[in-house]
Amino acid sequence: MLLIACPFCGPRDETEFRCGGESHIARPGPAETVSDERWGDYLFNRANPKGVHLERWLHGHGCGQWFNVARDTVSHRVLAVYRMGDPPPKDLTP
Amino acid sequence: MGYSFLRLAREALRDHTGWRPAWRDAEPKPRYDVVVIGGGGHGLATAYYLARNHGARNVAVVEKGWIGGGNTGRNTTVIRSNYYFPSSAELYDLSLRLYENLGVDLNYNVMVSQRGFLFLAHAPLQLEMYNRIVNALLVNGIDAELLSSDEVFRRAPLLNRAMRWPVVGGFTQPRAGIARHDAVAWGYARAADRLGVDIVQHCEVTGLRQAGGRITAVETTRGTIEAGAVAIVVAGHSSVLAAMAGLRLPVTSYALQAMVSEPVKPILDTVVNSPATGVYVSQSDKGELVFGGGLDLYPSYAQRGNLPVVEHVIAGLIEMFPAFAQLRLMRKWAGIVDVVHDSSPILGPTPVDGLYINCGWGTGGFKAIPAGGWLTAHCIATGGHHALSAPFDLGRFATGALVDEAAAAGIAH
Amino acid sequence: MTGQRLESGGTIRRDRPIAFRFDGATFTGFEGDTLASALLASGVSVMGRSFRYHRPRGLWGAWTEEPAALVDLSVGGRYEPNARATLVPLEPELEATSVNRWPGLRFDLGAFVDVLHPLFPAGFYYKTFMKPGWATWEESVRARAGLGRVNGEAGAPTRTARTAHCDVLVIGGGPAGLAAARAAAGGEARVMLVDDRPAFGGSLPLDAATIDGHNAEAWAAAVAADLATRPMVTLLPRTTAIGYFDHDLVALAERRPDGRERLWRVRARRVVLATGAIERPLVFPDNDRPGIMAASAALGYVWRHGVLPGADIVVVTNNGGAYQAARALAAAGARIKAIVDTRATPGVVDAVAEVIPGSIVTRTQGRLGIHHVEVAPLGGGRARTLACDLVAVSGGWNPSVHLFSQSGGKLRWDEAIAAFVPDRSVQNEQSVGAARGVFDLAACLEDGHVAGLAAAAATGHAARDPGMPRAQEGAPYRIEPFWFVPGTRRRQWIDRLNDVTVADVRLAARENFASVEHLKRYTTLGMGTDQGKTSNVNGLAVLAAATGRAIPDVGTTTFRPPTTPTSFAAFTALRRCALHAPTRRLPAHHAHARLGAVFDEYGGWQRPACYPRAGEDRAAAIRREAAHPRRAVGLFDASSLGKVEVTGPDAARFLDLMIYNAIGNLAPGRVRYALMLNENGKVFDDGVVARLGPERFLLSPSSSHTAGVVAALEEWRQCEYLDMKVRVEDVTAAWGTVAVTGPRAHAVLDKLETDIVPGPHMSVAEGTVLGALGRIARVSYTGEAGFEISVPAGRADALWDHLLALGEDEGIAPFGLEALMILRMEKGYILIGIDTDGNTEPQDLGMTGPLRAKTVDFVGRRSLLRPDSRRTDRLELVGLAVEGAEPIPGGAHVLAPGGRGERSIGHVSSSAFSPSLGRPVALAMVEGGRARQTAGERVAVFSRGTRVMARIVAPAFVDPEGARLRD
Repeated sequence: MLLIACPFCGPRDETEFRCGGESHIARPGPAETVSDERWGDYLFNRANPKGVHLERWLHGHGCGQWFNVARDTVSHRVLAVYRMGDPPPKDLTP
Repeated sequence: MGYSFLRLAREALRDHTGWRPAWRDAEPKPRYDVVVIGGGGHGLATAYYLARNHGARNVAVVEKGWIGGGNTGRNTTVIRSNYYFPSSAELYDLSLRLYENLGVDLNYNVMVSQRGFLFLAHAPLQLEMYNRIVNALLVNGIDAELLSSDEVFRRAPLLNRAMRWPVVGGFTQPRAGIARHDAVAWGYARAADRLGVDIVQHCEVTGLRQAGGRITAVETTRGTIEAGAVAIVVAGHSSVLAAMAGLRLPVTSYALQAMVSEPVKPILDTVVNSPATGVYVSQSDKGELVFGGGLDLYPSYAQRGNLPVVEHVIAGLIEMFPAFAQLRLMRKWAGIVDVVHDSSPILGPTPVDGLYINCGWGTGGFKAIPAGGWLTAHCIATGGHHALSAPFDLGRFATGALVDEAAAAGIAH
Repeated sequence: MTGQRLESGGTIRRDRPIAFRFDGATFTGFEGDTLASALLASGVSVMGRSFRYHRPRGLWGAWTEEPAALVDLSVGGRYEPNARATLVPLEPELEATSVNRWPGLRFDLGAFVDVLHPLFPAGFYYKTFMKPGWATWEESVRARAGLGRVNGEAGAPTRTARTAHCDVLVIGGGPAGLAAARAAAGGEARVMLVDDRPAFGGSLPLDAATIDGHNAEAWAAAVAADLATRPMVTLLPRTTAIGYFDHDLVALAERRPDGRERLWRVRARRVVLATGAIERPLVFPDNDRPGIMAASAALGYVWRHGVLPGADIVVVTNNGGAYQAARALAAAGARIKAIVDTRATPGVVDAVAEVIPGSIVTRTQGRLGIHHVEVAPLGGGRARTLACDLVAVSGGWNPSVHLFSQSGGKLRWDEAIAAFVPDRSVQNEQSVGAARGVFDLAACLEDGHVAGLAAAAATGHAARDPGMPRAQEGAPYRIEPFWFVPGTRRRQWIDRLNDVTVADVRLAARENFASVEHLKRYTTLGMGTDQGKTSNVNGLAVLAAATGRAIPDVGTTTFRPPTTPTSFAAFTALRRCALHAPTRRLPAHHAHARLGAVFDEYGGWQRPACYPRAGEDRAAAIRREAAHPRRAVGLFDASSLGKVEVTGPDAARFLDLMIYNAIGNLAPGRVRYALMLNENGKVFDDGVVARLGPERFLLSPSSSHTAGVVAALEEWRQCEYLDMKVRVEDVTAAWGTVAVTGPRAHAVLDKLETDIVPGPHMSVAEGTVLGALGRIARVSYTGEAGFEISVPAGRADALWDHLLALGEDEGIAPFGLEALMILRMEKGYILIGIDTDGNTEPQDLGMTGPLRAKTVDFVGRRSLLRPDSRRTDRLELVGLAVEGAEPIPGGAHVLAPGGRGERSIGHVSSSAFSPSLGRPVALAMVEGGRARQTAGERVAVFSRGTRVMARIVAPAFVDPEGARLRD
């Protein structure tokens, strides 16, 4: 069971959180300038790396805040936790 | 030499020394017409139908581990075709029809057991939704029955009559059931091998070569293999392989856990699924309860799951069948599934010429093995889509023409 | 095997006899016995039957590793199928029944399969039964399979689960684990020590050595007693660590004294794995007979239970460890007939019996209990026959690496001990003692002590070294691997439960099931309830030999949790019945109950379905309730409807982004019906948005979607629009809402004590109601003039009763959700998730305005511009005017020519008989529905074989112009 260090509350069990998937996905726009392909890529395509994944988590049964996690999808090791809006740690950026 | 009881009897007289390998461990050749990446059910079936339906004679299946070791050997063995949309229903029913004759076709007993698959309804509105599904199935020529609660309890007598969500009825597909998962991989491997397909185990693909927008070769841990066409059939690793060809997929990998109890004498004669608990359960021919529930909801390539889902799923199982609380969990494991937004497969050509893909089956890939192989083989052999695979083209994520079963029928397959 | 009780020895209480029943016969054992030891002491030699061939099975082991002594158990009011006799503590009234045999254990007709065994090698079923179909054969195969029986009548026990945190978790209370816990507990670290036996000490009770000058068992007891006095230490005996999960979360199953299991989830900062080792069988011909037992198990029965498992014992070994067992068995009174050692030069000087070196058993005799063995030199030569009633076997020791492996650690083959040992560690755990192949007592103590100190130090706590416990160094462990006897046609058993032999493994290898996972799946090796504890490594070794590989090249299978089968009841804990998923009640729940409401669960809420009157059935009540608000006035509890406040300077801008309809131009005091889309353009929810002030909005999501709407708003606010000054708050639970609706609703409102002057339809005002905070919205979900009156949740009950009294003259009557469904259907108001689904887009509901007219971007907008959204054959909302008097079943399909003659062009999403119209009404989603409606198309509607005709009409059967709303 994952232990995730909420930047606001400290380490908590995974059951308090929800993973919201890949983070740092820029929303394309304005709508009229975006091709169907580009929009489909934004909506659906994901890096889904085998290794370090930058993802966002919600501490739903806690402070209710979203934040970012860098986590290895093979070992499940949490490599970094940082706030929403912060850039990912440089050494973990793919 | 075929498999039969007579042959078994003959071999019994000579200590079973006459059996040949079920499939050869082939050394990879420098070039194949088709290289299928992935020795799971779908990959092996693709190779088999390439050889059988399309006469391909120079085909290899390359597998990084041992065949059938991914989701083919890790699922809960359910086969069914009770899907809402005509495009899904036709795809999965092709699969079910192929399953019905697969033992004879492959000369390998894959133990197809058509014991029915029963969805429980927990509220009148859910029963109305099931009526919608049953009617869709009947219009599409697929067997389905709407059941009263009495009919449900008759089919599953140990079902909880005081369940947290009352059982008000259900629907069943009588032709659905289970099959012996490993045997499906082995049966296809053996049959493909007999048709000349090279099965190369312990051969991991490390790169995909292209020239002029066309696939030319696969690089592996056992050398570079030139190929006229390549198919990526690697549920759980689809994004990794696609990335080697520069493709991004609408796929996220999650761990799905499955569990078995200790074996007991027959107590459950059909497959039961409760949408309220999210749990599905059947009893294997060996007597074990085989069951599963939700995903571990964070991306993972680790073939293991964590404790909360185990507790949740078992609590759901016991809410459905209180008497099962006497039993013990014997084993649990996880497979990595390709989750796609609309929970429908991605099957067919890709933007790279000569490169085909079969992925995105979510938690339901096992039931689709024969059709997935059949249609992938067709796409490779013809260079285009089969009518049944066209709706599942990768291009639907740009046009928005999704095939979203869960959205339409409220049932997550 | 003719076991007998010894005069003395063991930890049993000879003064406390316990009578119990096994297969209908009554036996007596003592407190401190297990079912297995008590049966053994009573001379019972056969306790089970194997899975495939129904071979008679005696005891191999004495603890979790026992493969085949399984019983269906009734004791203490509980019932357990497949209980392992070696783990069942003897209790009064215990009744055990052997499994998988008929008619009885000693004579089992199922054993005919064994006679025909040449026909049934590993995987035979893959090669036959294809014709005429598996179904023909399946039933009889199923009947023969399985082990114990589920008792459908028996209740299921429950027990709470626990969560715990500690600095150092020590798993295993043998010498290494005790030393580790003792060292770790010297300072301030919180330590947990768990062991699956009733008392700590592990193998120490079987050890004649001394530790720090004390007898080993006494030392263990003293250490455990000392640890028990420390406040920072938790001791859990009878507790098995069943799984090692991510981030050092270890699951424990504690067997409480009442026999029920409790699940513990323990998050540890450091874990010491002192899980010991399991003795490995030797594989030789006919090695599965009752009376062939692990040497350590034989010793265990003597020293723990005072049972001598045999009188005339042949010891068979490939290592030095069994000599100690031989000595102990001899000391207990057994005749050691010989020690058969596969090693040419055992190098043991003080053996208690004749040593036959370089030899192995080549044949055994005795169907229900062994009586002779043949022993022959390994290289061939004259065999000797030895009479015996027990063969004590040691094939060496396998470290219990299950938990280490589950933690993600990799294993390494250690040639010196011929076993897998932990290699590379991944999590914060360390293996010590026998669990990592350290078998000498002194070395185990040192290993555990050092690891315990280090673990405590690693958690940052000052450790205090209690001093290393010392024992005399024993003779070095010497083993020469011996895997099987070549060149024999006799069966050599590897898996005693699932009946896998050397020949089966070779057959698998011959057929290219040469990967270890293929071997396991093809032969079922290690797939039984013993989970391969005694069979895995032997199977690997035979496979390695059969395929010309070294054992480490063959590899191991994955060790899957749980390490020992664990009751479902432990995982379920109290999550049963109502606690499985709590429901919500309306704040005025008791007011409805007083009116005799029938409650149903809708979207997680217990809500009144209807309020039947005396002599009225449910259907009649619903009919009456659905007609009433069209004639007079009805009262409805709408408290479950979501109430979400969105406030702040950027609230309007934020909601314009989040909601399909324009919000920025909504005037304060006004209400607007709106859809919320997801980014994929699908309708996520509908409801009304009220603007309470320039920077204050109140959203009313559907009852069952409120949490989802709040979550979506929050996700966008926190992750995409971080710069906006806006706050989202779910205040649903703070308010109770009662709807008054119908042509005489005004008259009721006129009497209400309030300072609010209700505005026109689709308006809202705040003030006081009944002297306290309140709000009145002029909205309707029935098609009649409607007022939603909101008061603090605690006052909802009073408001409800008050309105009933106020409206008496107007003929006010409560109505439930079922009537509301008919009323909204008549009006053509959709219900999200019923009339819409996850594929519905706003234009499908006829709401195209915002997409055309709204000038700012919003969530989902770009998706509505895709080709699929512009199809003309999308499913669109229509009404169906049904021919005939019967309503169409919900879920019927609308048919048109095509496909196999006819195809579905849509479905009936809502359907009912309208009591006020006196005819059925239905809403449907139909391909190109609006065009068909314009054409007035007549269609067939199909439901499970029946069909009726209907005309496609506008989705509004009552007051399409909306005049009644504005009255």
